[in-house]
Amino acid sequence: MEEVPHGCPGADSAQAGRGASCQGCPNQRLCASGAGAAPDPGEEGAGPEPEVKGTEHHLRVQMGNAGWGLLTASLASFVSRRVALLDIDICGPSIPKIMGLEGEQVHQSGSGWSPVYVEDNLGVMSVGFLLGSPDDAVIWRGPKKNGMIKQFLRDVDWGDVDYLIVDTPPGTSDEHLSVVQYLAAAHIDGAVIITTPQEVSLQDVRKEISFCHKVKLPIIGVVENMSTFVCPKCKKESQIFPPTTGGAEAMCQDLNVPLLGKVPLDPHIGKSCDKGQSFFVEAPDSPATKAYKSIIQRIQGFCGSHQSNNKNHVNS
Amino acid sequence: MTSSEGWRCAQPRTSQTRFSLEPRNLASVQHIILVLSGKGGVGKSTISTELALALRHEGKKVGILDVDLCGPSIPRMFRAQGKAVHQCDRGWVPVFVDQEQSISLMSVGFLLEKPDEAVVWRGPKKNALIKQFVSDVAWGELDFLVVDTPPGTSDEHMAIVEALRPYRPLGALVVTTPQAVSVGDVRRELTFCRKTGLQVMGVVENMSGFACPHCAECTNVFSTGGGEELAQLAGVPFLGSVPLDPDLTRSLEEGRDFIQEFPKSPAFPALTSIAQKVLQGMPALLS
Repeated sequence: MEEVPHGCPGADSAQAGRGASCQGCPNQRLCASGAGAAPDPGEEGAGPEPEVKGTEHHLRVQMGNAGWGLLTASLASFVSRRVALLDIDICGPSIPKIMGLEGEQVHQSGSGWSPVYVEDNLGVMSVGFLLGSPDDAVIWRGPKKNGMIKQFLRDVDWGDVDYLIVDTPPGTSDEHLSVVQYLAAAHIDGAVIITTPQEVSLQDVRKEISFCHKVKLPIIGVVENMSTFVCPKCKKESQIFPPTTGGAEAMCQDLNVPLLGKVPLDPHIGKSCDKGQSFFVEAPDSPATKAYKSIIQRIQGFCGSHQSNNKNHVNS
Repeated sequence: MTSSEGWRCAQPRTSQTRFSLEPRNLASVQHIILVLSGKGGVGKSTISTELALALRHEGKKVGILDVDLCGPSIPRMFRAQGKAVHQCDRGWVPVFVDQEQSISLMSVGFLLEKPDEAVVWRGPKKNALIKQFVSDVAWGELDFLVVDTPPGTSDEHMAIVEALRPYRPLGALVVTTPQAVSVGDVRRELTFCRKTGLQVMGVVENMSGFACPHCAECTNVFSTGGGEELAQLAGVPFLGSVPLDPDLTRSLEEGRDFIQEFPKSPAFPALTSIAQKVLQGMPALLS
């Protein structure tokens, strides 16, 4: 189904991305990076799980349905520790744009791929950095996506970081299974699940929660995004996405899962994301900024107690 | 998930089963439209649902095939959650939303015992079910089959295009929000359409502004203009902008017919206009 140029050497060939017939192929950069040659992790004996060294905490931000990645960005911004942000939405990599890193490239060194740094303490990796043009589509089936994810985890030299945050696409499929599998040895602290208030979103989030239980992934909590809207003119509140079944609050009570917080809809968020600017710097007093700060504190609290539990367990 | 766990009467085949393509199951379907988006959460299922309802109001018979296997939203949007799929001699009978059988649905949502059960499948298994949805559902006579897809350009998209290609020229309707972040992903979706031979009928911009119910001030909650700019850039028709409309959201939550019940609501003119443009665009698609 993917359009291959005549004389394509094959994605797993040593000439992948480098041959004469590769010129002009939209997957050229990806193949040249070696992504196609990674063994299918769905196969038995596909090799050891990749080691992600140096990270104390691994958080997985799981989108039950897409929340435009801002929470991921916020988690990284507020935590004044060293943070790594890995975007595994292979088909729809939005993180480079949101973080103002469009057009940046990934460099290779002896120790692996370098993440792209937003700040000294915030490094980002995304397939978006490997695409030549904004129109390039990543039309890959599951196994190839899994290969890319494995490579990100294995070959990126994150350095010493305190938090690795993994931004996932919506769903419960290859990407989600793979990242849980590959990070199993590294112990994921937990998952943060984003939703909007309506039932259409919540019904997917219940499945995400069920997925977490199935794969024994702890749930740090749920964030309700786009909760209410405050009109910039009359300052009155409206609910653009009515919580017809009680919103995230009711769902969290039913399923005994923490509600980390509710983030109101602020039109400046969208604008900041589009410009790749930090919303928190642009609007430090916005109710949305305050909501994010409170959510981060709760996440840090969870990770802190999670870590000391692990240490106690090891020492006992 | 094995076939013995949590599946209702209609069971998916395993990948070892030989598929016999039954061309007659799609033989009486006049037009097939895929609703796509690069990004999640932009309202594909909303647009699929409202397009179906608007086409029904124009007297058309419509089917909706929901191939978002991980997040099947369509059943709830028609108040059809919990309905069972029955078998007939031609295969699975789609779920009808009314006695007149003017709209019929197929979704993995109907096949799950528990609605909150996650479909945690890798690509090959998803592909197999999608092929089965195409070959084994007895759609009968339809004017339109609308295919609601998950976000992205991956297994489901490749599977559905491969499976549908023998039957009809395929049209694609691409949904975005005004934000550049969404548009960025939709540009990639348009590339997918080009590479797979899907004719893009147009771009729909959803969540395009919100009129405050208290003071009527319109705010561009998710930025502005991205959809129209994208359509111009890509050289495809711009079908319209649908504003944020809590009545529309509520209708979908409750499985109501928005087109019938809310003709004065902000989203109504845009949605009916989009359906008109789809109807007008059909001859060009077939030629």
